[in-house]
Parts: sequence; structure tokens; C-alpha cells
Amino acid sequence: MTHINIASLEVGQIIGTEEFHLTRDSLVRYAGASGDFNPIHYRDDFAQSVGLDGVLAHGMLTMGVAVQVAVNWVGDAGKVIDYGVRFTKPVFVDAQDGAVLVVTGKIGEIDAENGEVRIDLTAAFNDTVVLGKAQARVRL
Amino acid sequence: MVNPNVQGKKYPATNPYLVGREKIREFAHAVKSTNPINLDVFAAQAAGYTDVVAPPTFAVVVQERSLATVLGDPEADIDFSRVVHGDQRFIHARPIVAGDELVSVLEVASVKTLGAHSMVTFETKIFAEGDELVCTAISTLVVRGAE
Repeated sequence: MTHINIASLEVGQIIGTEEFHLTRDSLVRYAGASGDFNPIHYRDDFAQSVGLDGVLAHGMLTMGVAVQVAVNWVGDAGKVIDYGVRFTKPVFVDAQDGAVLVVTGKIGEIDAENGEVRIDLTAAFNDTVVLGKAQARVRL
Repeated sequence: MVNPNVQGKKYPATNPYLVGREKIREFAHAVKSTNPINLDVFAAQAAGYTDVVAPPTFAVVVQERSLATVLGDPEADIDFSRVVHGDQRFIHARPIVAGDELVSVLEVASVKTLGAHSMVTFETKIFAEGDELVCTAISTLVVRGAE
């Protein structure tokens, strides 16, 4: 059980909006933590050699960061029982300025019988949505 | 072009991966988690877990070990330099916690061809000791065709 009373929730209700600043340091840190050392995530020359505009964030980093809005709302990372996204647009991370990811979560569905809610996440970079169908099912 | 005949192919279980407490903390910092359940043993235990809990996307670390086997399989013929991550999902039977010893078993769920591109969906089942299913990770890779 969490502090959230499922009866008080409504579909469409915003649960939170957070901004996450991603820098090249964030990408190197994620590469080390995850073991994904694809150089498109830290080398501009390599990224450009495969036709990209520059270094981009790991899709899995964007996915992992975005769900924090749901985690912070429910208060327990272990309550996220099902989480999926589509990777629809790249997040280019400028060497100096980085990139800002704006993530908003709202209630997509309420399953009172099982004490579960679906959180629909919107992750935007430069006003462009970068994840499709980003949905996290949370057990309250 | 990915070999369509690998659809349905199952790969043997990976060697056990021991989930470390500091690895969970490192991963949690990397995905900008500030949730005490990921970081603080006492907070995690107060919430009923045996140790710190991994962030919801941590299973990718284990999935990756199975994927590496497929990407190295000449029969599947997947050119990693042409791979783009299409989608990803983690369905948890229970959260991963520090101390878990996990193995993963991967099956190629489908291979689809769209023009010059291929879409390959992998289903990786992650088990703890005693064949306890902890997480099913579903991943679709898009393999761009040669120009």
C-alpha cells in the first residue's frame, strides 16, 4: 500500500511534470552504468560518420529518466510493474548546453479492483515528443 | 537483412548475473533517480524489500547479455552498426533487488521485413534462483537495410 488513495484519482489527472538536464556527462555515466558503449552516445565524429547530426542520448536513458516522474509520484520504484515505450525521435545532446527533457505524467487508466493505475508519460525535447506510447503500470 | 528463419529460435540461458547493491545505486544515479528505495537499504527494508530495489529499466543490463549472444550469432545475421532501438517493455513479476542472481533466456519472437528494413522482436525472460520468473523484457530492434 502507498500513501495514494486510488478512489481520489481521475483519468486525465496530471501527476507531475519534471525537467531533466542531460549533458554529455550524463551519457557517459549511463554508458558505464548500463554497459552500452555505442560511440554514437559520446563521439561526435562517430555519430556524424553514420549520418547523425551529432551525439544522441541512449533511448534507454530517456526511457529510464522519464519513468522517474511515475516513481516520484508513487514513492517506490518497486511499484512500477509494467513499463513500455517506443523510441520515436532522437534526443541530441549538445556538447556545451546538453539537452532538457520535459516529462509529464498523467493518469491514463484506473483499475480499482487490482489497485493499479496506468501512467501515461509524455517526454519532450525542444517541444518535440521523443517517446511514443510511454506507459507505466503502477501498483498502489 | 535479418534471417527470417531465426523467428522462434531460443538461445541458451546466460551465466548468472549477481545484482550488486552498488550497481543498483550507480544505475539509479545514471537515470536520475532520487527514490530512496533505489538508494537506501533502510528505506528499502522499511518498505518490505530485502535490499535496495533496481530502477524499473535496470533489467536492460541483463537483457543485454542475451542480446549480445544473438548479435554474435552468424545465423541471425544482424548488422549491429545498422541497428536502431524501436521499442522496449519490461513486465515485472516482482522488482529486481540487490542480491538477486539472474539468468536470462531469449527467444526471437518475430522477424518482420518492411522494404529494405527488418524489425526483430526479442522476448527475454529473466529468472532468479529456483526458476522464479522476475521479469519479461520485450525489445524490438529495427535493422536498416543497406543503401
